[in-house]
Amino acid sequence: MSLLHLVILAPFVLAILVPFLYKYVRQVHTGWFVMILPLTLFIYFLQFLPMISRGETIYEQQPWIPSLGINFDVYVDGLGLLFGLLITGIGTLVVLYSIYYLYNKKKESLHNFYVYLLMFMGAMLGVVFSDNLMTLYIFWELTSLASSLLIAYWFHKERSRYGAQKSMLITVSGGFAMLAGFSLLYVMTNTFSIREIIAQADVIVTSPLFIPAMLLVLAGAFTKSAQFPFHIWLPDAMEAPTPVSAYLHSATMVKAGIYLVARLTPVFGITQHWFWIVSGFGIFTLIWGSVSAIRQKDLKAILAFSTISQLGLIMALLGLGSAAFHYDVAVVGTLYYTATLAAVFHLINHATFKGSLFMIVGIVDHETGTRDIRKLGGLMAIMPITFTVALIGTLSMAGVPPFNGFLSKEMFFTAALNATTMDIFNMQTLGILFPVIAWIASIFTFAYCILMFSRTFLGKFKPEKLEKEVHEAPIGLLIPPIVLASLVVIFGLFPNLLAYSIIEPTMASILPNVLADGERFYVNIYHWHGFNTELFMTIGVVIFGSLIYLNLKKWAEVNWFLRERDPLNWVYDNSLVWTVNGSIKVTNMQMTGLLRDYFVFMTVFIIGLMGYTMIKYNIFAIDLANVAEVSPYVLILVIVLLATTVLLPFISHRITAIVATGVIGFLIALLFVVFRAPDLALTQLLVETVMVVLFLLAFYHLPELRKEKFTPRFKLTNLVVSIGVGLVITLTALSAHAFSHANPIQPISDYFVKNSYELAGGKNMVNVILVDFRGLDTMLEVLVLAIAALGIVVLIKLRMTGKEDV
Amino acid sequence: MKSSLMLHTITRIVAFIILSFSVFLFFAGHNNPGGGFIGGLMTAAGLLLLYVSFDLKTIKRVIPFNYTTMIATGMLLAIGTGVVSMFLGDAYLTQYFDYFQLPILGETELTTALPFDLGIYLVVVGVALLSILTIAEDDA
Repeated sequence: MSLLHLVILAPFVLAILVPFLYKYVRQVHTGWFVMILPLTLFIYFLQFLPMISRGETIYEQQPWIPSLGINFDVYVDGLGLLFGLLITGIGTLVVLYSIYYLYNKKKESLHNFYVYLLMFMGAMLGVVFSDNLMTLYIFWELTSLASSLLIAYWFHKERSRYGAQKSMLITVSGGFAMLAGFSLLYVMTNTFSIREIIAQADVIVTSPLFIPAMLLVLAGAFTKSAQFPFHIWLPDAMEAPTPVSAYLHSATMVKAGIYLVARLTPVFGITQHWFWIVSGFGIFTLIWGSVSAIRQKDLKAILAFSTISQLGLIMALLGLGSAAFHYDVAVVGTLYYTATLAAVFHLINHATFKGSLFMIVGIVDHETGTRDIRKLGGLMAIMPITFTVALIGTLSMAGVPPFNGFLSKEMFFTAALNATTMDIFNMQTLGILFPVIAWIASIFTFAYCILMFSRTFLGKFKPEKLEKEVHEAPIGLLIPPIVLASLVVIFGLFPNLLAYSIIEPTMASILPNVLADGERFYVNIYHWHGFNTELFMTIGVVIFGSLIYLNLKKWAEVNWFLRERDPLNWVYDNSLVWTVNGSIKVTNMQMTGLLRDYFVFMTVFIIGLMGYTMIKYNIFAIDLANVAEVSPYVLILVIVLLATTVLLPFISHRITAIVATGVIGFLIALLFVVFRAPDLALTQLLVETVMVVLFLLAFYHLPELRKEKFTPRFKLTNLVVSIGVGLVITLTALSAHAFSHANPIQPISDYFVKNSYELAGGKNMVNVILVDFRGLDTMLEVLVLAIAALGIVVLIKLRMTGKEDV
Repeated sequence: MKSSLMLHTITRIVAFIILSFSVFLFFAGHNNPGGGFIGGLMTAAGLLLLYVSFDLKTIKRVIPFNYTTMIATGMLLAIGTGVVSMFLGDAYLTQYFDYFQLPILGETELTTALPFDLGIYLVVVGVALLSILTIAEDDA
């Protein structure tokens, strides 16, 4: 186990210690202890940067279940390290922020909070560094679990529980589909190692399981990354404490799906299915999210839909980037891998500005007591630092220079425009959709950014609507967003800081084999491209976005605009209701509580199964040639037996019925006599005698048989079922008889006949078999009798009233 | 009970016949129809006759058997016979037999199947009577 393994497991270890720290070190806020860990890990990961940027990778193995090919292998390359840095870096800031956000040590159950948070952090690190798909899946589900726990942190609130359940159901079902996808990948390649799977990409592409595997894996990625139509859990997850929203639902967990798509692009990316599904769903999510965001009245809801939209953007770019596999870089240059570059760059940018915006919203909520933009306004003068940070974050999100959002959005436009020049996958005709949708979505993005910002910080201050005395936040709450906002500015002004160190190696892991050996991606991000289409698109975005914002009052009259909830929630809520009602109905239909119904189910099943088997294998046969002579005794006995049996259901007197049953027993004893089984006959006679005595004793106290009134249909069903059972058993017996004559098997009774006297010294073969050859059976049967007798004693002597302390 | 003199008298005779017959069945098992199971049931039937013709208390005084103990003894006997063969190095429940010259009976075959059968006999008698008497005594 290498240091890297310990690094991944460290959060889990610390999570075990957190409750003790919380309980025994009361005077210090538990968060301070927790913060050390992500900070240390962040610094530790930073050390890898020089090595990774040289194009090297680290691979550490740790066998776990080697017989199943499941190992805890850790693989660090550009993509993994990028995520590792995001997780630990933003993790540190979020923990710091949470120390001031959940400042009340007595009221908040901090031990829960930090245990869940650390569990999440460890799981997330596991997801991004695992080389083994099964290990990845385990960590993946752990993130879902931790996320649900964090959403329901204030579990006394009904909305929190609803949100947690929803996110759990959606992400776990996606994760489960993903597991199936991983299994299919294993079937195709016989390995769970991602690197080995990538090496066998050509095998996978030609396999018939390719499409199902791809769809299943994408189901996992899309549910986690809140892509349409699985995005509905994210707005409801906003019930979580704001540090959680900032960490999980903007920077890390929702990017797990992005990570997976990026990681598996070399496996699936070569096909047009992947290209169209990933970029299609992405671009649709982009516009759906940005249009939905503008309808929201809650700051966190705006940010949630904004996150959805931006994730869609990154997803679309990853899809478009996969086209690079089809072109020779030497010929077309950087044209088609710009999309991947934009995806990676925007991934980083989004984490910085969205993280800071969430924290700002948390501050606003914390200081004013509301997140409703209808109540807020004019906070600029009261909260100047918050205002400044928010301004930077919002402008970056809206894509205004000189912030990093502008750069990544320009690149996004470039990639979308490049898509129209592709000559594959029908892109000549459909390709024009990409820049158009991208542009419209950006207009809405701009509009909701301005809306959110101006409604909170500009305008008139409305203290009468607020419950608290408003003032600037404490410095501890402000540091994390300030750090993130400065990153926004730094990355905006000096984007090439990132380019060489992390973006290039990340692109190399998403698009391997695109470049010739020894070459590397050369990324140079700069602000000024001259007067090109992208610039005019941005100017258009600003103009039209402002127009939308200025005319919001008119928009507000449109009915559609007033609806805050996503219409897809209706589908989700109702499908839950339908599922519950449907299963109740199905259960009530079969679980009647009546034994006779269950008996009918069982017998009908037996009839069906045996009948089907007989017909399917055509094994019905009658063999009259080998039937023994029927003696007159047997004939008479059988007739009487049949008559008594048929009579039995019509007897309405209990004692008569018992006697009739006795008659059947004695007739069977006679049959044994006729068939020369004296021991059996004796036993049958005696058992029947004892049985009748027992019956009479037991039934003496019972009331007279009641005549039940049955509907004719019920009677008919019973008749049909009874006849069916009789018929099937008879046919089976006949066929078995015919079959045994057609395929004679040496009976073992010959052995007993020969050896019972010689080996066991007895002439009564039946008894010798019972006590000698097969003594164990006899012993256990006697044991059964003993248990039955003791059962009777217990039933009768121990009359419990239900009040005993047993 | 009224006018049960006939019944009592006949029972006294018949019960002994039945019981002796049951003992015969038990011993005959090895070479003729019979054995522990049938013998046990027959004994139970004989004892039942006693219980039916006299009242429960009387018979309990005369035959002070504890049927639960009888079942346990029978089980132990059956299981124990099997264990013996394990001590001799054979499989569980291996039965042995040989012919011996006994004082009165002359040459007799003795077999370990007999104690095993006796165990079964005891369990069957115990089970039949225990269940019937428990139900019969129950007046709740």
